[in-house]
Amino acid sequence: MTEASSSLDPQTRISLYRQMLRIRKFEEKTHELYKAGRLTGMSPHLCIGEEASAVGVISALNPDDYILSTHRGHGHCLAKGAEMGKMYAELFGKETGYCHGRGGSMHIADVAKGNLGANGIVGAGCPIALGAGLSIQKRHTKQVVVCFFGDAATNQGTFHEAMNMSKAFRLPIVWVCENNLYGLSTPIENVAATPTLSDRARGYNMPGVTVDGMDVEAVRAAAQEAVVRARAGEGPTLLEVKTYRYFGHGASDHRPYRTREEEQDWWKRCPVANFRRKLLSEGVTTEADLAELEQKIDAEVAAGIAFAESSPDPEPEKSTLYVYTED
Amino acid sequence: MAEKTYREAIIEAMAEEMRRDERVVLIGEDVGRFGGAMGASKGLFQEFGSDRVIDTPISEAAIIGSGLGMALTGQRPIAELMFIDFSGVCMDQILNQVAKVRYMLGGQVKVPLVIRTQAGAGKGYAAQHSQSLEAWFTHVPGLKVVMPATPRDAKGLLKSAIRDDNPVMFIEHKLLYNTKGEVPEDPDFLIPLGVAEVKREGSDLTIVSHSRQVLNCLEAAGELSRQGIEAEVIDLRTLRPMDFEAVKASVEKTGRLVSVEEGYPQCGIGAEVVARVAEHCMDSLDMPPIRIASKDSPIPFARILEQETLPSPRRIVERILAARKWTRHSQDSRLAV
Repeated sequence: MTEASSSLDPQTRISLYRQMLRIRKFEEKTHELYKAGRLTGMSPHLCIGEEASAVGVISALNPDDYILSTHRGHGHCLAKGAEMGKMYAELFGKETGYCHGRGGSMHIADVAKGNLGANGIVGAGCPIALGAGLSIQKRHTKQVVVCFFGDAATNQGTFHEAMNMSKAFRLPIVWVCENNLYGLSTPIENVAATPTLSDRARGYNMPGVTVDGMDVEAVRAAAQEAVVRARAGEGPTLLEVKTYRYFGHGASDHRPYRTREEEQDWWKRCPVANFRRKLLSEGVTTEADLAELEQKIDAEVAAGIAFAESSPDPEPEKSTLYVYTED
Repeated sequence: MAEKTYREAIIEAMAEEMRRDERVVLIGEDVGRFGGAMGASKGLFQEFGSDRVIDTPISEAAIIGSGLGMALTGQRPIAELMFIDFSGVCMDQILNQVAKVRYMLGGQVKVPLVIRTQAGAGKGYAAQHSQSLEAWFTHVPGLKVVMPATPRDAKGLLKSAIRDDNPVMFIEHKLLYNTKGEVPEDPDFLIPLGVAEVKREGSDLTIVSHSRQVLNCLEAAGELSRQGIEAEVIDLRTLRPMDFEAVKASVEKTGRLVSVEEGYPQCGIGAEVVARVAEHCMDSLDMPPIRIASKDSPIPFARILEQETLPSPRRIVERILAARKWTRHSQDSRLAV
């Protein structure tokens, strides 16, 4: 585990906090909206508890770098620069959403910001990341691809195909495994041959690193090392981010497979609250400044929801729009 | 015009498009120095190098995903899937990724990806290397499906597929690679997707087919003609979008419909054609439609069994002649030979 916090300037650290808090508040509100019956469809897969992963990794990227996201992807989307209003609009299934109501929670992405899509199929983003890497290699643009996936994806065949080919072709990819310990209800330790998932990197002859996913600065530092390698043409890295989703897989998941004590232990490691404390205790910021920052985020959330709610529904007669480019 | 094989037409189409547009790349198993398992990419590696003709591991999901990822980031890839039977290994990438990403993202992206593969039986490759699975892909919104029968069509349609901004399943037939025909040399020769072609005109019945079975249908039509029945043979060429107008116009003229395909009989292309005819021009029909397909079994190995399984000119002729007794309007003697 690297102690890289001291190397970051105050502005960057506050920005990391701000991004994590944006995600936390976006997701808390999403949960509330769903519970209140104001969102339809499958319950959103919340990333509350995993904010340091999205923010730490994406803060190590340039704006023109690519990411591929997952069904638990609201945090990735926000951290890569998406606007809350268009995201909420998509959750509400509105015409003004990023996907004009065709995608919903699981497929939100702002492609213009380098987010190549959020995937509802576990492990399916990995092969697509290969193509983005090949494209970069061919265009000599020195971009990097970050492919996010969960612990469970490492048991999919696509993971193996992608790990192998990325190393064989030295593609500029950072594989980010967000290990939140459970694939829906199944503990990863019960179904994985290697207790430490980054150990799988050895089989692909690539660096495998495990980092504390509740520490945004540690995640950022580890991601940066991998990004530097990728950009330098030295190939891919498997970065395992040990994290925790405080909520269930979805809203109907009441977590019978884990104890409340375990959850309390992880709450003590909350990436947002702990980083806040750290910034204050190290004199990086003040309560007053943070209060102002938090207020601004609350306003952003409120404005986003207001935008979504006041937005028009998609036109039913255009339901087949976007199947083909000719439509 | 020059006489070329179907294989040469495919290679020429790719080479011309790769010269024309440096974003066009070919990726797949053994497509490089080896020139493709069917020899359908011979010479491309030598001309365009390893940046644009990429040999992959035997990882079909990775091949299709690579094609998609390249398409999403400004390239115009051709991903070769060595046998259509291998689509089972990478179906998620085709079905849930390639076909849906544009729609799920509300039109934020285009997917200019061609998945080139080959189908069909007749070479004794047995059950896992001989199928005609085009109906699977024709079922899925978001894909286009092309299946050419002649060298000319192969070239013109492949070039259009490469220039198309949507994902196209381009399905060749393994028995067609050595067939020959006239192929235009104009580098801008294109055949638009979604347009069927009347391969033989006739007034007595309409035979709708695609890929290699078109050749069997033409042979059968020759035999029927000797017996006084003039069959019109329509080659769909593109299965999705399907040029139903061409089918309709012909059925309205002939009053009789026969569909011929090499795929399995249930829920096949013939089922779709017959259903659309039933919906849109039932009143034109003088007899119940006939569907001819492979037998309802996996493709067997032994030549004698394989031949029995597949549609043949003889089977097509026999089925059509046997249908004579089903003719609704017995006074209509066009089929009464």
